[in-house]
Amino acid sequence: MALTREQLAQRVAQEFKDGYYVNLGIGIPTLAANYIPAGMQVMLQSENGLLGMGPFPMEDEVDADLINAGKQTVTMVKGASLFSSAESFAMIRGGHVDLTVLGAFEVDCQGNIASYMIPGKLIKGMGGAMDLVAGADNIIVTMTHASKSGESKLLSQCTLPLTGKACIKRVLTDLALLDIEGGKFILRERAPGVSVAEIAKLTAGPLVVPDDVPEMVF
Amino acid sequence: MALACAVYRRISSRKSNAGVPKGLTIASNNAGVDGKGLGLLLENKQIRKMIASYVGENALFEAQMMSGELEVELTPQGTLAEKMRAGGAGIPAFYTATGYGTPVGEGKEVRVFNGRHYILEEAIRGDFSIAKAWKADRYGNLLFRKTARNFNPMAITAGRIAVVEVEEIVEVGQLDPDEIHLPGIYVNRLIQGTFEKAIEQRTVRSA
Repeated sequence: MALTREQLAQRVAQEFKDGYYVNLGIGIPTLAANYIPAGMQVMLQSENGLLGMGPFPMEDEVDADLINAGKQTVTMVKGASLFSSAESFAMIRGGHVDLTVLGAFEVDCQGNIASYMIPGKLIKGMGGAMDLVAGADNIIVTMTHASKSGESKLLSQCTLPLTGKACIKRVLTDLALLDIEGGKFILRERAPGVSVAEIAKLTAGPLVVPDDVPEMVF
Repeated sequence: MALACAVYRRISSRKSNAGVPKGLTIASNNAGVDGKGLGLLLENKQIRKMIASYVGENALFEAQMMSGELEVELTPQGTLAEKMRAGGAGIPAFYTATGYGTPVGEGKEVRVFNGRHYILEEAIRGDFSIAKAWKADRYGNLLFRKTARNFNPMAITAGRIAVVEVEEIVEVGQLDPDEIHLPGIYVNRLIQGTFEKAIEQRTVRSA
């Protein structure tokens, strides 16, 4: 079975380590905040100028001046700090954020990522994504393995305009966890009940399958 | 060029827009939402060019961009913030790895430092900065509130004439010098506004 959004978020959260500063992109990455293991200290960075982002507010705590990068109302945890966008991207560009998780349209086996526009169809703009992928060492891309029509999103070469070049080393899809090394996708884990053959069929770029590919554990 | 951050309410909340020029170039992270702030300038077709990182949910922005009516220079958010910061700090350009190997880097000078590729990005300076702060004293020393700081400090420093709308103006001496976010040297005009703060995505939890 393909992973649900919640399972994707749970698997992302398994990458968190105590003391990490983490930037979570809009969508599934944001959900990972709900699965920070108890007792672990993870500070969430929101690129609009907040370190120490907390959960959504209770109705009576809503503050128009306290939002995340997706413009959703949020709260602050104890020990949070606030700053300008220039300061925020200084910490991102300067490599101070330990883990970045973001979505994409396509990733290829050279570690390229495309996530901000589909020529002639959709222009979202890159927001902070180009800075995040250029500034971080440790990045996880989360996306569906294939489009609704069954076209692979893990390619030999991205077809859409790039958000970043040779910067992605780890991809979590609804079917698998893969690393990108030496111009190949390396299959590390399978979603429960999903076979290597199913994953291989939907991976357009070169895929290396190690002898042992365990199922993800939740 | 005008550098806008948040919303230029005094002009943009008036439908008539008398005296507001056409053909503006605006640098702002996004164009806000339809029907407010820059959205009104878009409606009136007063903007010729937008320098922004995010088109977002502004349907009019997207439509004018797709039709070619509005020129848009999509700029990564951190690069845009740094372009304004550099502009205000007298630095004409800087190198950044952001955008190298992407459409953003096309046509820009590339240099290698310590084995990594960087592109040269030029600073932004504007004729006017239009920004929002929380509190000011009469010297223009400013405090921002929570995440409403975002692009405002850099936008203010990068404009030749900085106009800042604030929620409250206090007497000189009432702000602790150690806690001022942006010194008044950058601020030319203050407007005390009245605010109805809009929330774009009201997200709440229960218990």
